[in-house]
Amino acid sequence: MSKISRRKLITTGLAATAGVSGVAVAAKLAQRHGLIPPDSGGLYGPGETLTYAAQRLLNNHAMAREFSRSQISKDPFANEVAPLGDEFKRLQAASFVDWRLTVDGMAARPTAFSLAEIRSFPKSSHITMIGCEEGWTYIAEWSGVPLSYILDRVGALPQVRYVVYRSIQSDWWESIDMSDALHPQTLVATGMNGADLPVPFGGPMRLRLPRQLGYKSVKYITRITLTDTLKPFGKGLGSAAPEGGYAWYAGI
Amino acid sequence: MNASVPMTDRASRLVMPAATEVKRHSSIVRITHWLTTIAFFALLVTGAEIVLSHPRFYWGETGNVNMRPWLNLHLPSSRDTVPTGYGYVLPDQNGWSRYLHFQAAWLAVATGLFYLLWGFFAGHFRRNVIPASSDRSLRKIVDSIASRLRFKRPGPEEAWSYNVLQRLSYLVVVFILFPLMIWTGLAMSFGFDAAFPLAVRLLGGHQTARSLHFLVTILLTLFVLVHVVMVILAGFRARMRAMITGRAARPTE
Repeated sequence: MSKISRRKLITTGLAATAGVSGVAVAAKLAQRHGLIPPDSGGLYGPGETLTYAAQRLLNNHAMAREFSRSQISKDPFANEVAPLGDEFKRLQAASFVDWRLTVDGMAARPTAFSLAEIRSFPKSSHITMIGCEEGWTYIAEWSGVPLSYILDRVGALPQVRYVVYRSIQSDWWESIDMSDALHPQTLVATGMNGADLPVPFGGPMRLRLPRQLGYKSVKYITRITLTDTLKPFGKGLGSAAPEGGYAWYAGI
Repeated sequence: MNASVPMTDRASRLVMPAATEVKRHSSIVRITHWLTTIAFFALLVTGAEIVLSHPRFYWGETGNVNMRPWLNLHLPSSRDTVPTGYGYVLPDQNGWSRYLHFQAAWLAVATGLFYLLWGFFAGHFRRNVIPASSDRSLRKIVDSIASRLRFKRPGPEEAWSYNVLQRLSYLVVVFILFPLMIWTGLAMSFGFDAAFPLAVRLLGGHQTARSLHFLVTILLTLFVLVHVVMVILAGFRARMRAMITGRAARPTE
């Protein structure tokens, strides 16, 4: 074995120290700028954190690609959902007039909006692609009210850092950071391809954010909670996805 | 290779190791080689697992079970929404597969970038990978292919350098297939798509990126298979030793 020279020892030592302190500084900066995902604790935390931080640095204000009307899929695929319960069926039988979207948490004016109220808000629409983590995609025109409008409406407090949203199906809930929550393409969607959002596609209302995979676009949303921490929700991993083994951040 | 070294030579190596051994691979080549090996297998296994949740491929932007794929692998699926003709559904393994796929991709990208920068600045590509000027002729390449096809055992000089065919395949893998793999992989990310839409459009769309990602996987897997077969033919123990310790026995004339 070759003898390790003093110079080599010093350079290696300095490089290692620089490396370790570099990682420590990066971690601190990432924490301050909210670049650490809530599911960063496990075995795959390093990869998850790198992906989330890198994408947020690159796409913080980027818009998802929009397509032309002629590119709208003729045969969109409505992914299957768990059986819709009795409560949903009761609401559906009454044309969803009693559907409520409750917005609470860190808001000056927590409110429960009816479907009609949500539909009366300023409309926004975009023709974007939705993709499943399984690999399939389709393009549709989504319309509804920007989530940012609803946050304004309820008087979201400045310290809000995450928006948690829930389906009427109790085991499906997700959360997003403010980059996605305030993003102009993030909608509470009530329409699809010029008609009311069909039930298989999440009707009467779903969240729709085109910069992440389909499982973040939760169907049948009934409750939105504004918060500055994800710790008290479920197991504290940010959403139902990590509890089922999937990543919280689904921009990849 | 070890077995072909004469006894006298073996004995002398014990006394004067420097005279019978040559430095074959630098520590950077060895470390990046094994890190890439780990990343590649993690990516291959998890990638195959993810494909099982939708074992069909499409061209263009969109593709789903309501559309006609250009390639149906006719494999069982981990989703009951995919009609496969099999009477069962495989367990869903996409959660950890996706987590590990992206973590291994980071490892592959970091290792690859480091290797590329070092390779350029340290002259590794110029010296060891780009074919020597005397080898840059079609004739030399055809000769090399022909000797491979005749299953000629590699000559002693190949223990400490790469032949022209090896150099060309390494160039293709390092500068074409790996970058394509990363590009097509990133193109499937909706977050990346938003930041760099042109990178997706240039490829021909989201589903085309997914199809190309799959096709390049097959090419890289073929490369790895041929690579391992060649290592076995050239002397598995000696070549493994060279890639682990960095040293190879000096070829005896």
